[in-house]
Amino acid sequence: MSWTEHDVVRSELRWSLAVAGFVAILFALTLVAALALHRNPPSNAERIDPKTLHLTGEFTESNLGTRVEANGQITTRIVATQFAFVPNCVVLPEGREVTLRLASPDVIHGILVAGTNVNTMVVPGYVSQVHTVFRKTGDLLMPCHEFCGFGHSQMWARVRVVPGDQFRPDAQGRASCGS
Amino acid sequence: MVRNRGLVLAHLWVAFAVFAAASVLGAWQMWVRSPLSAPFAEPQTYFASVTAHGTGMAYVLTTFFVMGFGYFVAETALGRDLPGVRAAWGAYALGVIGAIMAVVTIMTGRASVLYTFYPPMTASAFYYIGLVLVVVGSWIWSAIMIIAMARWKRDNPGQPVPLAMFATVANAIMWLWTTLGVAAELLIQVIPAAFGWTETIDVGLSRTLFSWTLHAIVYFWLFPAYIAFYTMAPAAAGGRLYSETMGRLSFVLFLLYSLPVGLHHLFMDPEHSTGFKFIQSFLTFLVTIPTLLTVFTITASFEIAGRLRGGTGLFGWIRALPWDRPMVLATGLAFFMLWFCGGGGLINMSYGMNAMVHNTSWVTAHFHLIFGGTVVIMYFAIAYEIWPALTGRLPDAVALPSQRRQLWTWAIGMLILTLPWHWLGLNGQWRRVAHFDYADPAIAWWGPWVVVSLIGGVLLVMSAFLFVWNLAQLHEKPKQISAAAAPVAYAVPLHPVARVPAALNGFALWNVLVRVLMIVAYAWPIAPFAVYPSPGAVIHRVGGAG
Repeated sequence: MSWTEHDVVRSELRWSLAVAGFVAILFALTLVAALALHRNPPSNAERIDPKTLHLTGEFTESNLGTRVEANGQITTRIVATQFAFVPNCVVLPEGREVTLRLASPDVIHGILVAGTNVNTMVVPGYVSQVHTVFRKTGDLLMPCHEFCGFGHSQMWARVRVVPGDQFRPDAQGRASCGS
Repeated sequence: MVRNRGLVLAHLWVAFAVFAAASVLGAWQMWVRSPLSAPFAEPQTYFASVTAHGTGMAYVLTTFFVMGFGYFVAETALGRDLPGVRAAWGAYALGVIGAIMAVVTIMTGRASVLYTFYPPMTASAFYYIGLVLVVVGSWIWSAIMIIAMARWKRDNPGQPVPLAMFATVANAIMWLWTTLGVAAELLIQVIPAAFGWTETIDVGLSRTLFSWTLHAIVYFWLFPAYIAFYTMAPAAAGGRLYSETMGRLSFVLFLLYSLPVGLHHLFMDPEHSTGFKFIQSFLTFLVTIPTLLTVFTITASFEIAGRLRGGTGLFGWIRALPWDRPMVLATGLAFFMLWFCGGGGLINMSYGMNAMVHNTSWVTAHFHLIFGGTVVIMYFAIAYEIWPALTGRLPDAVALPSQRRQLWTWAIGMLILTLPWHWLGLNGQWRRVAHFDYADPAIAWWGPWVVVSLIGGVLLVMSAFLFVWNLAQLHEKPKQISAAAAPVAYAVPLHPVARVPAALNGFALWNVLVRVLMIVAYAWPIAPFAVYPSPGAVIHRVGGAG
């Protein structure tokens, strides 16, 4: 084993090349996932006034929950507030593209749906939007995952994923856990 | 003997006293979250405790340790008196007053906002002001470090700055940059709100400003560990530092790439578009480079040591290393933990993949393992290494095994704590809750794993107190070191460098590059908040804070 200065520099250069290759592979994988597979974080940068969102517009109480739009698009709207989700259960079909839209009138919240890659912060002043396809049926836990006050631990809801043929919206295109 | 040992000891004892107390809170929090019934398990106490644990570990332990160790390095590596000792004591006083303000507001239940603040929730203004005082103290420290190196260079023209000091100043400059974000958030947004001068906060802006600080602050905590890897571990192992240049390069890369990457903490946030997130995800990949270079260089340094001690074969040198020395053992354990938490970090930083783990126990596990594990175990090793120089007492035949036991229990405890957390996080266990409803069949199986983590937490508390006891022992034994003895053995490079390029002997060039990178990374993400202020969120005071 020799440790001449030349050996040291050569070994460090080789290792640097290996490191550069490793970083390049990671970057390429992320790039492919983002561009080809559309694996992007939820980032719509859409603003909403937290002081008035419950009074007018899409986050008024009567408009919350799951709705099939005229063009067939399925959207669920949820308000995250200290210390509950409204509604606290939403129903969605398995295997179809769905959109979750959330907003907060008070403080920072966040959601994940256990067992899926649905995950977003809910920041007052902004609308959070997640596109996903649920692959398994059942009642999935949807807890608040960001500290929002002393009641944070009690704040959770459920996503009821039903087989496509059991997803039966009413005449207005609405579907809820109760129906 | 170190001239300003009182100054160094005063900093390190504040750090370690707070550390021991905060470790107890951490274990109690694990107990509350487990299926076992814990005392005082109300949400109010739980979140006050989480705030105290985070503030103590992330702000007080780290800042006081970095400052105390920095003074030690400035004096011993440069081999001359520390400039501005009076200012250093002033900075210490600011830090202590600030820490007391923070602790009092937390203990009286008026600051339960966790150490990451979460506006529009606000705590007592005095909680934030206390933290600002700690930061101002650390700014004075940064200035002293920069001045100490500048004066040494003035008196030693053309000489390479000793690596330990070069790294310390890299950290000081990085820290000045780092704290700008949180200082702006606190001074412009949060403190006025806490005093009631403003009624709303632009939360997107406050999260963006905090993210500026949020990643680089972790590298501020981590620098002492890397300084020990490069300048202490090779000497303790009986070898040479494989390449000093690689050390300089790594520290420069930390300065450059730990700052413009904070947006990776906001991948799941709605207020930024994918473009900014992608750019900073890419820059975050570059942060892996200095760590991977370090792993190679230090492993090679250890190989030299092992072969000098008679080790042969591909792996025989590993067994030949002096594992009975705390610095060598701690470095080995730190590297072992680094494989797990480094791998976890690669997943966290990977842009879209972050959705799998964001705000789950996986993240808690990741930063406990990398900071609490890899970094803090090196804090212990540094303390064991420099304490004899500070107190004049060498560890005896009983003390060394006790130090080794402490390091082992810490590493094992940290792995027992965090490996179940990683697993539960992947299965969706979410963060920052005081208790789980284990009656829910979906999560009932989590219970036993949380108890396993609790066992890890108890081991960590035992290790923390053994650490404090080990250090206290080094104050009590009779004096054994003569005042003239060398305070600490810094590693000698395999090929000593007579001269280094100016770029690797100072920070003028790198400081300009940091500015460019920060403009690329943060100017555009911040600008929209100034041009089009978003509708503010109404202030929510926590726990009657006023």
